[in-house]
Amino acid sequence: MKLSREEVIHIAALARMGLSEAEIEKAREQLADILENFEVLKEVDTANVPPTAQSINLSNVMRDDVPRESLAVEQVLANAPDREDDLFKLRPVLE
Amino acid sequence: MTDKHRDLTIHAAHELLKAKKISSVELTQDYLARIKAVDPQVRAVLTVTAEYALEQAKKADERIAAGKAQPLTGVPFLIKDNMSTKGIKTTCGSKMLENFVPPYNATVVEKLHGAGAVMVGKANMDEYAMGSSTENSAFFTTHNPWDMSRVPGGSSGGSAAGVAANEAVFALGSDTGGSIRQPAGFCSVTGFKPTYGRVSRYGLVAFASSLDQIGPLTKDALDSALVMNVISGHDPADSTSAAEPVPDYTKGLTKDLKGMKIGIPKEYFVEGMQPEVDAVVKEAIKQLEALGAKVEWGVSLPQTPHALAVYYIIAPSEASANLARYDGSKYGYAYLDTDNMWEGMEKTKQFGFGPEVKRRIMLGNYALSSGYYDAYYLKAQKVRTLIRREFDAAFEKYDALVTPTSPTVPFKIGERADDPLSMYLSDVCTLPVNIAGIPGISIPAGFAKGLPVGLQIIGKSFAEETLLKISYAFQQVTDWHTKRPEV
Repeated sequence: MKLSREEVIHIAALARMGLSEAEIEKAREQLADILENFEVLKEVDTANVPPTAQSINLSNVMRDDVPRESLAVEQVLANAPDREDDLFKLRPVLE
Repeated sequence: MTDKHRDLTIHAAHELLKAKKISSVELTQDYLARIKAVDPQVRAVLTVTAEYALEQAKKADERIAAGKAQPLTGVPFLIKDNMSTKGIKTTCGSKMLENFVPPYNATVVEKLHGAGAVMVGKANMDEYAMGSSTENSAFFTTHNPWDMSRVPGGSSGGSAAGVAANEAVFALGSDTGGSIRQPAGFCSVTGFKPTYGRVSRYGLVAFASSLDQIGPLTKDALDSALVMNVISGHDPADSTSAAEPVPDYTKGLTKDLKGMKIGIPKEYFVEGMQPEVDAVVKEAIKQLEALGAKVEWGVSLPQTPHALAVYYIIAPSEASANLARYDGSKYGYAYLDTDNMWEGMEKTKQFGFGPEVKRRIMLGNYALSSGYYDAYYLKAQKVRTLIRREFDAAFEKYDALVTPTSPTVPFKIGERADDPLSMYLSDVCTLPVNIAGIPGISIPAGFAKGLPVGLQIIGKSFAEETLLKISYAFQQVTDWHTKRPEV
């Protein structure tokens, strides 16, 4: 079994991730193999079993909202791929 | 290689430093020379931080002279390249972060600095810690020092190989599904994944946030305890770190295991396990029995075979969310040769991420997408509950569970690279531990076909002391952990 081209393109698009034609073809097979392996979970009876999202019993960890020193602007922008003055420079969102 | 080099544990190095038989600067120079001599073959290190290390060593010597030496003061270590080091490249084994220089230190880095330890380099790893062999590193593959044609395991393969080849006294790794324990087993070092939340993840590049945990790779259990003493504890910067008090992990180490109950879960002796590995593991378990532990064979944890599927749904789902941030806007690789924002993002990810990372992003998005969420993600979370419950029930009867770390000895470089499923299977014994969030350790158990075999010991949440105690006792009557590869 293979995923369809459209399925692979769809899930890559959900991540805004581009793929080459060769990558799409490879993914159709490899993802299908892995997904087939997930079928074992269908046999497990999970009626009335709550989901676990994390393994420690912490919830809503709060702290006082105390102002503290932040990184300097230059430090924050030091790794920016593109910048203008003190700002990150991005491609236009609206044409 | 016949160069004279040091083979030291942390505790042995500490004695030498304290007695002023050697200075930290000399020790650091020796380890840097060793890296220079053997790393062209082993390839454990992505960035050697020689200048920085010698500065730190100088400070450590001042501290030792002032009589303020702590056990880690002046001792050279490697750190996996997914932990942020201020002013020093942190690549995460990815082209995406090839030139990323963090503006702050991870909490573990701050803590090791505070203890006076000396960082000699950043260790190679599978890209974003996704892999079991370091073959997914965007830069190069690390070799197993026991057989250079084989993988060191992964994803903390550089950390494990570096310690085994004596390129550092100890290392830090991270473990999301076995990434400390599996390479520790493959390289014959002691690798410890603590309870989820025991060590702060602040400054660790996120892979799967409900599974990731930092831990030490060392020469023995005592060293592991010494590192744990420094890196454990609550951190206000990581709201998932545990408030549990941190004991002195060296305190409970004893030479016998009288009164201890150990269960051997049969599901971990999987189909496809190499008979030679099986024999080594069983021999090691008999050794634990000889030390006074009451061993019960044939314990059953029937959910174990489901762990692989649960893991490969949950970890990629969390990863797909965590890795969405690499869009070429704030840091990391960016495809700038376009005026179109969407094209820029798509090409940034297409060219910045390697094949395994892309595969997991797609798997995660598939499992989380509408129409599949209930069947995959939610179902996996429910089975996760069952796996946890099963461990909880087992730990009402046993102090620890003992299993192989991996079903096979280290495989050949290239052998599984094109077959993701067979690669995933090498972590089949370690994954359930992360799913449950409990601690696990891998210790050297012997050799099969001349290659290392790891023994995994699993405990209940915050039972780090129990695991270290069993490991320490085992290492008092065996010498597997003192064997070194000829590099």
